Amino acid sequence: MKLKKFIFLIILSTFFYQGDLIANNNNVLVNKISKNLRCLICQGQSVYDSQSDFAISMKLLIKKKIEEGNSEKQIYEYLKNQYGEWISYDTEINQKTYLLWLFPLFLFVFGGILIFRKVFIN
Amino acid sequence: MKKNIIYLTIIFIIIIIFTLFYKGLYKAKTYTPNELNNKNLVQFSSKDLFSEVETNFSDLISNNKFTIINIWASWCIPCRKEHPFLMHLSKNSKINLIGLNYRDRSNNAKKFINDFGNPFSTILIDPDGTISIELGAYGIPETIIINKDQKIIKKFIGPLTNKNLREIEQIVNS
Repeated sequence: MKLKKFIFLIILSTFFYQGDLIANNNNVLVNKISKNLRCLICQGQSVYDSQSDFAISMKLLIKKKIEEGNSEKQIYEYLKNQYGEWISYDTEINQKTYLLWLFPLFLFVFGGILIFRKVFIN
Repeated sequence: MKKNIIYLTIIFIIIIIFTLFYKGLYKAKTYTPNELNNKNLVQFSSKDLFSEVETNFSDLISNNKFTIINIWASWCIPCRKEHPFLMHLSKNSKINLIGLNYRDRSNNAKKFINDFGNPFSTILIDPDGTISIELGAYGIPETIIINKDQKIIKKFIGPLTNKNLREIEQIVNS
């Protein structure tokens, strides 16, 4: 009898632990995604950092989407579709962002050449 | 000569930076991308504020009218400012005005409507704000115009103004 109770308790605790684990994993993913999204109200902050009503709503929506079985990529795509590329801090390389991506590289190379000339040629 | 060029370049750069910052002072502080319009509306359902009956948004859209969703809350001060504009729009027979009550207490929302008048044909509630996010809202108040094909054709972020009102009437009458 005692053994049965013991086994029952173990199964029960495993069940709860699993539920807890899934919830924790979901929260980790919500945090990960929301850190990479721009807050709609306080545009200098990420959704994760912001405490504005809309940031809180967005975190809830991300959680709902995860619980519905959407992947991280699908959630980004969904939000980009709703709000535009701008919502993500991870800017894609496309026609509009060539300058953004290539200009620092250009500065780096140009600076490197200047330093090289200064040190080795002069 | 070389020194002069350097000085001129520095002055030129400073002038450019100053102009950019000066112009920035008078620009809107929040950026909104242009790609918000002409999107299919997300289908959703929610409870009615007064009857508490679960309602599909698509059931509220009529084929011969423009549907306007206004996202509002009783705690939102700019919403009070724009309320007379909504009252004005509600008199237009070509417009079906639907309210989406964002993260609000039911009693406060009802009091707001009792105090200032009800411009909406239906008010749905959005207790956790997720419907507003699904609609692609940026903040409240926000007004979204939907055409007969259930496409978002225009968004007004922030309280409506006289200019917005004229624009809405122009869209509806065209």
